[in-house]
Amino acid sequence: MNRVRLLTGGATLVGLPASLAAGPALAAGAVAGEVEKQAINPLAIGMFLAFVLITLGITYWAARRTKSAKDFYTAGGGISGFQNGLAIAGDYMSAATLLGLTGLIFLKGYDGLVYAISFLVGWPIILFLMAERLRNLGKFTFADITAYRLGRTQIRTLSACGSLAVVSLYLIAQMVGAGKLIQLLFGMDYEYAVVLVGVLMMAYVTFGGMIATTWVQIIKACMLLFAGTFMAIMAMAQFGFNIETLAIKAVEVHKIGDGIMAPGGLLGDPVSAISLGMALMFGTAGLPHILMRFFTVGNALEARKSVVYATGFIGYFFLVVGILGLAAIVIVGTNPEFLNADGSLRGGSNMAVMHLAQAVGGDIFFGFISAVAFATILAVVAGLALAGASAVSHDLYASVFKKGDVSEAKEMRVTRIATLGMGVVAVGLGILFENQNIAFMVALAFGIAGSSNFPVLILSMMWQGTTTRGALIGGFIGLITALTLVVLGPAIWVQILGFATPIFPYEHPAIFSIPTAFVAIWFFSITDRSAAASKEKEAFPAQYVRSQTGLGAEQASAH
Amino acid sequence: MSLTATDKILKDPDFQTLTSRRSRFAWLLAGIMLTVFYGFILVVAFVPDLLATKVAPGATLSIGWPIGAAIIILSWVLTAIYVRRANSEFEALNNKILENAK
Repeated sequence: MNRVRLLTGGATLVGLPASLAAGPALAAGAVAGEVEKQAINPLAIGMFLAFVLITLGITYWAARRTKSAKDFYTAGGGISGFQNGLAIAGDYMSAATLLGLTGLIFLKGYDGLVYAISFLVGWPIILFLMAERLRNLGKFTFADITAYRLGRTQIRTLSACGSLAVVSLYLIAQMVGAGKLIQLLFGMDYEYAVVLVGVLMMAYVTFGGMIATTWVQIIKACMLLFAGTFMAIMAMAQFGFNIETLAIKAVEVHKIGDGIMAPGGLLGDPVSAISLGMALMFGTAGLPHILMRFFTVGNALEARKSVVYATGFIGYFFLVVGILGLAAIVIVGTNPEFLNADGSLRGGSNMAVMHLAQAVGGDIFFGFISAVAFATILAVVAGLALAGASAVSHDLYASVFKKGDVSEAKEMRVTRIATLGMGVVAVGLGILFENQNIAFMVALAFGIAGSSNFPVLILSMMWQGTTTRGALIGGFIGLITALTLVVLGPAIWVQILGFATPIFPYEHPAIFSIPTAFVAIWFFSITDRSAAASKEKEAFPAQYVRSQTGLGAEQASAH
Repeated sequence: MSLTATDKILKDPDFQTLTSRRSRFAWLLAGIMLTVFYGFILVVAFVPDLLATKVAPGATLSIGWPIGAAIIILSWVLTAIYVRRANSEFEALNNKILENAK
C-alpha cells in the first residue's frame, strides 16, 4: 500500500478554525510524519454505506417536495426552530471540532478549551444583534439583504463574490481534509475519496436542495451528539465519574504535566488572542452557508429559537469534547497500541478521539465513529455547495446578469448546473491541493467573511447612513486588507513562500481588517452626496420597520 | 408592505417602545457576553497563571476548567434569557403593532 503523509497538522487536517491561530506551532506538534494507510475496514464501510443509503433515500423524498426555487434554496421556509438549531449545530460540529479540538486538548490541554470557547461565543452575539433582522429581511441569500435598498447590481456582485470566495476556500480545505481522513479511516485512495465526496455532495444538493441538505445535517448532528455522549460516559466510567481523578491521572502522564491545567503559549500575545476571538466571532457572522440557515425557518420567532437550540447543542458538545480530550490523554496516551515507536500518536494527534473510540467502544464503535466522521464532512460540504451555487444562480445570474427577468424554473436549472460546476471544481482543486498546507485557506475564508461580508451586512441593516458607494468601497477595502495581511502573514509568507520572517506577524488580520472595513464604509458613505445616496437613506425607514417587525417578510410555503 | 403600513408603524408609540426596549435588552446581553469573553481572553494573554490556580488546596484540577465550562454554559443561558423575553413580551407587542397597521 502506498504511504501517505499528513502534511497539515492540527485541525488544519479538516481545514476548520481550530487551526486558525494555532498555525505553525500546532501544525508542528500534530504532524506525526509518515503514517500507514489503514487496512480496509469493512465494519466502518458497512456503517458508512448505511448512512449513504439513508441520506440518498432522504434526497429522493426531498426531491419530490422541491418544487419551487423557495423550496430549493430555503426548504420552503418550513424548517422548525428545533430542526434548524440541530442543522446549525451540525454545520458547526464539523470533523474539525470533533477531531481537531480533541486533538488540541490531547496535545496542549487547556489551550484546546480556549479555542472551543472562542468558537462558541459568536452565537449569542449573532442572536442578539442579527438573527431576527436576517430572518425578516432575507429571502434566499444574504446578498438579498445587502442589496435590499442599496445599488442592486454592485452590492449584490460584491456580496456574491464574497460568498463565492469564502465558500470555495472553505470547500477546498474540507475536500483536502476529507480525502486525508477517508484515506486514513477507510483505506481508500485519496483521489477516489475526493471524487466520492464530490459525487455524493452533488447528488444531495442538485436533487434534494436545502431540504435534503438540512436533513443530512440533522441526522449527522444526532449521530455525533450520540457518539460523543456515549464515548464520554464510557471514558468517565474508568475514572469513577470523578473529574478530579481524571485530572490527576492526566497531569501524571502528560508530557507537559501540570501545564495542561493552564493556558500555554498558543495564544501568547494579546493581539493574537483578541484577533482570533474577533475572527471567529465576526467571521462566523459572515459565513454564507450559516447565514442561509436563517432563511429556512418560518419566522423571526423560530429563527431566535433555532439559535438557542444551536448554542445549547454546540455548547454541550464542546463540554463533551473537553472530557474526551482529557480522557484521551490518559486512555490513549498511555496505550502502546496507539503510539509510534517515538511515543507520538499513530496517525497524528487528530486521531486522538478515534483511538479513544477504539479503546472504550471496541471495533464496532470505532466503525461507527469513522462513519460519523465521514458523514460530518459530507453534510458540511453539501451546505457549502448549496450556498455557493445560490450565489451563482440567484445573485449573479438571476439578479445581476438577467436583472431579475428570469423564470423560476430557469433559475433553478442554473443552480443545479452551478452545483455540478462547484462539485467539479471542488474535486479538481481538492486533488490539486492534496499536498499543500491548507491552513491559510481557512484564515483567508474567515478573513474575508469577517472583514467584507460581515461589515457590509451589519451596517446595511443597522445604519441608515450606509450608501452604495460606502458599502462597495468599504467592503472592497476590507477584502483587500484581509487578503494582503494573510499573504504577508506567517501562513503564506513563511510557510508557502518560504521567507524567514513574516512581514505581518499575526496569523489573523481580524483585529486590523475588521475596523478598517467599518471605518471605510462609514467614511465613503458620509462623503457620498449623490442623489442616489439620499434615496438610499430615504429607503431605510421601510427596511428598518421590516427588519424589526417582519412586515412584508417572506412567508413559509403552503405545503 | 404599502407605504402607509410602514408610516403607521413608524408613528405607532408601541413601535418605539418595542425597538428601544428590545435593542436595550439585546445590547445589555451582548455587553455581558463580550465583557466576559474578552475579559477571559485578556486573562489568557496576560495572566495565564491565574487560571492555573487549583480549585482547592491539594487538588490537581485548576479553576480554568470550571471557568471555561461556566462561560460555555453562560453563552447558552444568555441566549435562553433573550429568547424567553423576545418570544413572549416582544413578540406580543410586535403582533399588536402589525395588527394596528392593517
